[in-house]
Amino acid sequence: MTAPAPGQALRRALGAAFGGAMNLLEAPMRLAQAKLRGGRIGWVFVVPNLSVFGLFTFLPILIDLVYAATGGNQLFPAQRPYVGTANFRALLACRNYLDPNTCTRDLFWHGVYNTAEFVVLQVGFMVGLSLVTALALNRPGRGRGFFRAVFFYPVLLSPVVVALIWKWVLQRYGVLNALLSALGLAPHDWLLNATTAFFWSVFVSIWAHMGFYTLILLAGLQAIPRDVYEAAAMDATPPWRRFRRITLPLLMPSLLVVLVLALIRAVQIFDEVYVLTGGGPGTSTTFLVQFIYQTGFAQQVREYGMAAAASLLLAGVLMALTVLQLRLARPKS
Amino acid sequence: MRSVLSGILFAAAAAWVLPSAAHAATRDIRVMCYSDGNECPVTRDLAATFMKANPDIKVTVDEVPYSAILQSLPVQLAAGKGPDIARVTLFGNYSQYFLDLRPYLKDAKFWETAFGPTLDWMRKGPADHGIYGMMTQLTVTAPLVDKTLFEQAKVPLPGPKATWDDWAKAVAKVAKATGTEAGMAWDRSGHRFAGPAISYGAKYFDAKGNPAVVDAGFKAMAKRFYDWNLNGTVLKSTWAGQATGYKDAFNEFANGKIVMYYSGSWQLNRLLKLGNAFDWAIAANPCGPAACSGMPGGAAFVAFKETKHPHAVAAFLDYLAQPANYRTFAERTNNIPAELALQKQALNYNMSAEGKAALAALLHDAATLSPIAYHLQGYRFAGAIFGATADRIGQAIAGSMTLDQAYKRITQDIATALATAKK
Repeated sequence: MTAPAPGQALRRALGAAFGGAMNLLEAPMRLAQAKLRGGRIGWVFVVPNLSVFGLFTFLPILIDLVYAATGGNQLFPAQRPYVGTANFRALLACRNYLDPNTCTRDLFWHGVYNTAEFVVLQVGFMVGLSLVTALALNRPGRGRGFFRAVFFYPVLLSPVVVALIWKWVLQRYGVLNALLSALGLAPHDWLLNATTAFFWSVFVSIWAHMGFYTLILLAGLQAIPRDVYEAAAMDATPPWRRFRRITLPLLMPSLLVVLVLALIRAVQIFDEVYVLTGGGPGTSTTFLVQFIYQTGFAQQVREYGMAAAASLLLAGVLMALTVLQLRLARPKS
Repeated sequence: MRSVLSGILFAAAAAWVLPSAAHAATRDIRVMCYSDGNECPVTRDLAATFMKANPDIKVTVDEVPYSAILQSLPVQLAAGKGPDIARVTLFGNYSQYFLDLRPYLKDAKFWETAFGPTLDWMRKGPADHGIYGMMTQLTVTAPLVDKTLFEQAKVPLPGPKATWDDWAKAVAKVAKATGTEAGMAWDRSGHRFAGPAISYGAKYFDAKGNPAVVDAGFKAMAKRFYDWNLNGTVLKSTWAGQATGYKDAFNEFANGKIVMYYSGSWQLNRLLKLGNAFDWAIAANPCGPAACSGMPGGAAFVAFKETKHPHAVAAFLDYLAQPANYRTFAERTNNIPAELALQKQALNYNMSAEGKAALAALLHDAATLSPIAYHLQGYRFAGAIFGATADRIGQAIAGSMTLDQAYKRITQDIATALATAKK
């Protein structure tokens, strides 16, 4: 009889230890099973996860509700006076909703309009460009792996790093203006003009996140069965018709996921644009999350209640988008 | 044998317990410090000599960025997790957490004599007579001038009684002649704006002492500043480039992009580091019809009431306040002392002739400060006034609103902040 190899012995020992540990759990689990009837044993398994989730998700939501219904600048809820819906009413008070300057909280409405404009432009262009890039990267050709890595690379960078890189490119004495000057063209204050600052905010955000969505769409494209395309080729179906009748319908589930994820991310925009433009010039790139941050944390008199109320309104929008995503993702009968 | 064993056991027990008992007797105090130049390292050196004389007190100086003082410290204090001492500006942000050192000081009268008027800046109002901390230095806002550009343009430097209009014309002329990007830049700060506004007649408070910021004097300077931004006399990117917050323009000055930079005495160390890149000077604060005022300011070491060791905290601050130690701090950090007796003495600053001339100019600027400027600096909610001024005028310059809308918003923002604070 030969002695077991050292690796095998270690595996056996670990297996025995694991088995022993599991046996220790058997008695209490049997007891719980006997006591909890009617399938309620499942709760025992989800309690650890649920308590972590409750502590870090549900409890902050409850605290946010408390802050939104209280005023003053004290941090502890017990020291804050109850104001009911006053914070929401102040946020929503406007003489003309189309002109933020007529609203009591003009910066909130500047944030709302800028965010809405950003969402439409950024999501529209990003989904379109991600689709085109995914289609291009799905075609057989040399260097496909290299280009996939190139498009995905910005996703790995921190938003602050992304913003600092682009600030270096776009500032008055930045790389872009140096290139323009070298070509004999006039330099431009890209981040000091409302239109160009907004354009670059959208562009930089697309640059930073497009790789992630491209990857999802690429996976969706690769999941489409080859034989469908082969059948279309035998019928001499033109490429555009093939795209419209085969690729697009079969890619739709992935496309919807990308659309909703991009929408949620765009509504939450803050970090990279805040570092890139500081919300300026003026208020032209001030978004909703920046308003929340400024109101709650960057003023001498911190309006935690107002910031909490604004964050709840934002949460409402995000919840609606999540419900939409869940509905769209539900398999059709 | 038994007694030997007992002796060994006793010695072992004593060796086990005594270090921890000694450790328990040590009072640990933490100082949250930010540096304009080298203030925190110098504080650390002074703390080391203090600890030698007071072995039962351990002082740890944690150096943090200024943004942590503005943003993290109020939250830490509200949560009861703040340091024992911090070096802060904008005292109204923290005044509710201040510890009154008066009961713990050996000689509170010395503090009253030494720091007199600046003690008021840390108080909550006229009825408050507490001693909450010590100004580490006095700062004063002042124009930094690129003399080389003036010489190249063959434009004479405006004299000590020149108005802001005279300066605007002169720097625009120099900028045009030398191809410089703009005539001047001001730090994006309502504090920086306040001095010129006071010079043009802004009162900031009504007869009852309540904030009444937007008046004729304030508007006179705001309109000028707005026009100068739009016509290129002032570098537009500093105030219009961001929606909120502080921004300085030192790099633009250091790189020759502007002729005059309106900032303050705290830039002196950075100026000295420029070496011989160009000739610079600190000028007298330009005048207006009402005054030739800048704004005072500065940072203070303040104590917080959550501390477990108020006696140790008071002892350390008292040590820093002693004339010899205060003089060391001022001389090593190249700062204007806030200690009244030292202000009248010749300090031995280790700097060039250019630096010494700059300090003399700053002392002159400190002497011409308007009483309104002192009152505004000591106002508990000055930060709300300064923030609203910079943000709203900046938004008007950027075209997000008109100047008249900005005036209304400044008044409204300040009223909202005060109402929130009173709840």
